[in-house]
Amino acid sequence: MSHPKDHPSKDDADVVLTSRARLARNLSGMPFVHLASETQLHAIIDKAKQGLAAAEETEQTNWIDLEETDALHRRLLYERHLISRPHADANGPRGVAVAQDAMLSIMVNEEDHVRMHALGTGLTPRNCFDRIKKLDEAMQASAEWAFHPRWGFQSACPTNVGTAVRFSAMLHLPGLRLTGELDKVRQAAKDLHLAVRGYYGEGSESSGNFYQVSNQITLGCSEDELLDRFRETIVPGIIEYERAARRMLLKQSATQLEDRVHRDLAVLQSARRVKVDEAMRRLSMIRLGCCTGLLDGPPLDLVNGLFQQVQTGHLQQLTNRTLTPEEAQIARADLLRARLSNA
Amino acid sequence: MKCDRCNRPAVVHQLVIKDGNKHEMHLCEAHAAEAGIPNPGKHPVNELMSSLTTQVKSAGMPTCKGCGCTLTDIRKSSRFGCPQCYDAFGQATEALVRSAQGGSSQHVGRAPLGQAPENQSQYESQRLVQELDRAVRAEQYERAAEIKSKLADLADQRPSKKEDTK
Repeated sequence: MSHPKDHPSKDDADVVLTSRARLARNLSGMPFVHLASETQLHAIIDKAKQGLAAAEETEQTNWIDLEETDALHRRLLYERHLISRPHADANGPRGVAVAQDAMLSIMVNEEDHVRMHALGTGLTPRNCFDRIKKLDEAMQASAEWAFHPRWGFQSACPTNVGTAVRFSAMLHLPGLRLTGELDKVRQAAKDLHLAVRGYYGEGSESSGNFYQVSNQITLGCSEDELLDRFRETIVPGIIEYERAARRMLLKQSATQLEDRVHRDLAVLQSARRVKVDEAMRRLSMIRLGCCTGLLDGPPLDLVNGLFQQVQTGHLQQLTNRTLTPEEAQIARADLLRARLSNA
Repeated sequence: MKCDRCNRPAVVHQLVIKDGNKHEMHLCEAHAAEAGIPNPGKHPVNELMSSLTTQVKSAGMPTCKGCGCTLTDIRKSSRFGCPQCYDAFGQATEALVRSAQGGSSQHVGRAPLGQAPENQSQYESQRLVQELDRAVRAEQYERAAEIKSKLADLADQRPSKKEDTK
């Protein structure tokens, strides 16, 4: 069946930062990761690598052995949303294959044997899904996935069985947060079987007013049905709610909001020490200022990039050394001044 | 203490009360075996417990043949041990999955290549008809046209799928 492609649009950029699609897959005839022996974990890696080699015409990836990777680089991969926090922190044989554009990754021996993620800018879950769907099919030339006619693609956790697909969108919701409407969104999301998580997904807190919204149900609906509902109804509904909250703020307290976004920009343009939470909070207000026309600059793309660049792992990569918390605050302030001073 | 029957050290100590009279018995390993009394020192407590648990498991509690997990293991970790667990625990699997999946208990959607069951495209077709009905009632004509196009695509695909499986 043919489906229209997503058309990455600037129209949603005021609220949607990125979209993501994820597929969980397990090899048949093997215990799930938490019960696999070291030998079996190595066998799973070998099998996944064979699958990736079979899919080379579809996606060219680079393999990173996480058991051999130092904490600094694992952190960097996590900050770029290429691996999860548990995958970065775990022990034992595991790895990740990363596509050349760093917008697709395949975690091996995380909670499931294989987890494929594709990331896209803006509201583009269909493009993300098409990418991992092709990879999934190409890997099957070599890998046999555990599948049950009734339960679908089998996973370790019953929350992932069936299609084993999860669509998510990283949404910037400062309007709903400032107007105190966020709890209503959370409640509505719960009723619709959606998960609302923080900036780094499961188990993480919101940072910079970013929330990752994703489907919780993976069984009983086809991939297209889940995608249509997510793409056409759920996310547009939240976007409209956020925009209404922003309009209300501009109507009722425009001066206070204008004062706040200018102050936040001024602080980051001149501060000498900035903690990560403070940077995320002030950047969030600057982003709101850019999207509502209260600030003429900096460009939105620059601000979007800074949310990732101010993370400690990125600063360590930039300075090419491990930083103490105090050094990281200074490096963060230096970066922010350099990027925002002429904006 | 020495064995009642020889000079070797006693490893089994038994207290027998018969007709109100107390009688103590101390035997070495060889004489204890001769009297048919098991030597507990030869079976450490954890070994005994483990064998007892295994007996209980095999007697009453279903165990997955694929990974050896029991239902208690799965409930404790909230995770299945291997793909075979799904069939090993029957109704318990259904209850676990239903509670995690908002009541759903039948996969609809993609299958591994070469395994796409015909009933899935039938389900998709039924779902689209219902969706079309909702869209028309809500006067969402653009959406209705999209759904009609999907239904037409699905109908086009069916004969070719059958040919593929021949």
